[in-house]
Amino acid sequence: MFNRLIDRRMGIFLFGLFVLTVAVPVGNLAMSGQPVPSYAVALMAKYLCYALLAVSLDLVWGFAGILSLGHGAFFALGGYAMGMHLMREIGPRGVYGDPLLPDFMVFLNYDALPWFWLGFDNFLFAVLMVVLVPGLLAFVFGWLAFRSRVTGVYLSIITQAMTYALMLTFFRNELGLGGNNGLTDFKDVLGFNLQTDSTRAGLFVIAATALTAGLLISRFITTSKLGKVLVGVRDAESRTRFIGYRVEGFKLFVFVISAMMAGVAGAIYTPVVGIINPGEFSPANSIEIVIWVALGGRGTLVGAAIGAIIVALAKTLLTGWIPEIWLFALGGMFVLVTLFLPHGVLGAVENTLNKFRPKKETTV
Amino acid sequence: MLKKLLITIVLIVQGLAVSAQDFEASVAQLPEGGYSDRAIIVHQIADSGDDRAAVVLELLLAGDLYFHKAERIVVRLSEIGDDDVAFDLLTDAEIGIVGRRDAKKIKVNNGLRREIRAVLGAMYLQNPDPDVRMEAAEAVYKSGDPDQISALDAAIVAETDDDVATAFREARAVAVLNSDLDVSEKLAAIVTLRERGGRDVPGVLAAFTDDPDLGAAATTAITEIEDIQKLWNLGQNIWYGLSLGSVLLLAAIGLAITFGVMGVINMAHGELVMLGAYTTFAVQEVIRNEFPQLFDYSLFIAAPLAFLVAGLVGVAIERGVVRFLYGRPLETLLATWGISLILQQTVRSIFGPNNREVGNPTFMSGAFELGGMTITYSRMWILLFSLVVFAGLLLLLKRTSMGLRMRAVTQNRKMAADMGINTGWVDAMTFGLGAGVAGLAGVALSQIGNVSPNLGQGYIVDSFMVVVFGGAGNLWGALAGAFSLGIANKFLEPFAGAVLAKIIVLIFIILFIQKRPRGLFALKGRAVEN
Repeated sequence: MFNRLIDRRMGIFLFGLFVLTVAVPVGNLAMSGQPVPSYAVALMAKYLCYALLAVSLDLVWGFAGILSLGHGAFFALGGYAMGMHLMREIGPRGVYGDPLLPDFMVFLNYDALPWFWLGFDNFLFAVLMVVLVPGLLAFVFGWLAFRSRVTGVYLSIITQAMTYALMLTFFRNELGLGGNNGLTDFKDVLGFNLQTDSTRAGLFVIAATALTAGLLISRFITTSKLGKVLVGVRDAESRTRFIGYRVEGFKLFVFVISAMMAGVAGAIYTPVVGIINPGEFSPANSIEIVIWVALGGRGTLVGAAIGAIIVALAKTLLTGWIPEIWLFALGGMFVLVTLFLPHGVLGAVENTLNKFRPKKETTV
Repeated sequence: MLKKLLITIVLIVQGLAVSAQDFEASVAQLPEGGYSDRAIIVHQIADSGDDRAAVVLELLLAGDLYFHKAERIVVRLSEIGDDDVAFDLLTDAEIGIVGRRDAKKIKVNNGLRREIRAVLGAMYLQNPDPDVRMEAAEAVYKSGDPDQISALDAAIVAETDDDVATAFREARAVAVLNSDLDVSEKLAAIVTLRERGGRDVPGVLAAFTDDPDLGAAATTAITEIEDIQKLWNLGQNIWYGLSLGSVLLLAAIGLAITFGVMGVINMAHGELVMLGAYTTFAVQEVIRNEFPQLFDYSLFIAAPLAFLVAGLVGVAIERGVVRFLYGRPLETLLATWGISLILQQTVRSIFGPNNREVGNPTFMSGAFELGGMTITYSRMWILLFSLVVFAGLLLLLKRTSMGLRMRAVTQNRKMAADMGINTGWVDAMTFGLGAGVAGLAGVALSQIGNVSPNLGQGYIVDSFMVVVFGGAGNLWGALAGAFSLGIANKFLEPFAGAVLAKIIVLIFIILFIQKRPRGLFALKGRAVEN
């Protein structure tokens, strides 16, 4: 079981992640002089959320051939579910001091909480919603799409339409979810103040744990017999169907799991960055996730996580140094990776390593 | 009583032949005598035919005319800062600041005011310029002032222009309704208004629905007008839908070629549209600075240039990137998305991030009324332009040897190559054609929206929806898709609001794809699979 889940690349990555998970909080909280500044902790926690999101997309794109251009929607839905809980936790400490209603509702003259806000004061309920809402959307969407055999580019385009429609919906003030401002001004989570270093470090550890769990779950799925069928679906869908597998069931299962994982990533992301707004639903965001996976190496899971971290880090650095160059860099990345790195950075690195390795006898 | 007075005055005044000098003499007489004398002078001024008469009477009506005691002339006072400054009424020369006691106001009472208004109305109503007459008729129509009836009667008799005469009759009808004339006159007035129709008539008639004599007639007239109005609204909605559809068609038709015919997902399509719009901007800048007299022809110069610019960029994209990715649609999607980001940032670096203003040539600006509908020229030309582009492409694909080659390569690349077709060249040309058409769309879209580096992003989702809905590989599908989505959107908007309408349409397309995964006009046969 252990050997099945953890191959060499997974082992190296998880070991590195573990070292980071220990070193960052220690460096931030326990050492004098703070070698790891607080903003870096939050930044790294954000990268890890992106990494989890990338892994979730790699699970469907790399292993089942479903190129979802709407994974940002699941991420944002998870984020909103957590954001709603954090809004309720503000309680009477908002600007208007209303004990029940969040600030934006007081501002928009709401009399009572809309029905879908009920229950979100309970943390466990919110966590349940974090996985259930994206999962349910993925189930309904996937059930409709896979059953009628919408595949390939058509599927990509309607997932894009889905996230676009959701973005327009969430931009509406009438929806009762904060309109274009989104949800923000959070105070604390489970009683821990979000502004303190210890809470930030805690969120970082949670993000790292979630990423590890996500990687292991994905690995478990893809190395199982079900995973083999998924690869069959990816490479020759009709053939797999003719062998006798119900392709839509397999796709639906992995699509829903992936959406839930994206929802969890969003739920950790919201307290880390302190805001969730409809911009997260924008189609451009969802396409960016795809380049993380493509850059890191499609179908490698670990590569997707690395790709997300590389691109996010590059974005932070480049937009800080020369803002104009970022879109050139991102655009160039899309072009060059698709043309020259079909297996991503991870594939390229492993290929190079293999060249230097003494060749084993291969049976033909 | 008033009417009698008016008639006598008109008779007196008409008997007098008044010349331009008499105008100045009459003005000089204004301060003298009582209100009834003043009324006679008002008529003299009006009948003098002097250009300044209307201005003088307006000033008198507003109470701005004073008698300057020192200069012994009529002046107009206007407040400059805290002081009242006097101007000679006839020469408009500044006389200087006047105190409260230096000038005596030329007073008007309500009777005289009514008189002046009637006289002014008549002056405007019989003005030699038909536009002024039309404006005057509309003013009376809006005010519904019964004092104007006699002036209108006189004007109707004298009127030679049919349109203006109709406007007079309609204005008279409103005035009659507000007057104390007898019921039969008023019923006739309602009939006149009912024939006029239009958005504002029910508002006028609504005041009379409770009237015991007129109520029934007014109510039926209102329902009749509103029924007609509903039809016009329907027409207007269809027009808006067609207009939106033409924009969608323009944005999507290039995509119908690259995606539909070649099977290449070009996410940079929106940016090619943007390049077209910026070409228009650049052409207009040059024309503004160098040849301002050519401005009205700027679009005719911009269109071929935009086609070339976008087409060349398209060929470069195809030769540089896309051709290595044939058969890998998802990778093509990602690579072209990357190109779109690069193009966006390039334009942003060159032209700046702000909106650029592209002017409308004269034939594109303004609007005309068609019955109860308002049609703007820009939208109309864009609709025609989109249809022309569509027809041109259709002919190119179906009737030329180039089109034949394009279709051959699409249907069976290997076979086409065996027949001696240079497939690489055909690919480049087809892609360039789609890109060039996107550039043409940019020229049109620059006329109705903002030109900014983000222009393309706004259209990319919509145009893919059109192609997917209509069915890839079919230009007719793009046409049907664009117009049905446009009209559906505009019909939903009154009930749901613009954003919700868009969301509903998107959800509809998502569901529609489930039913017909290959769109409205799906290709049939073996070519469909992969």
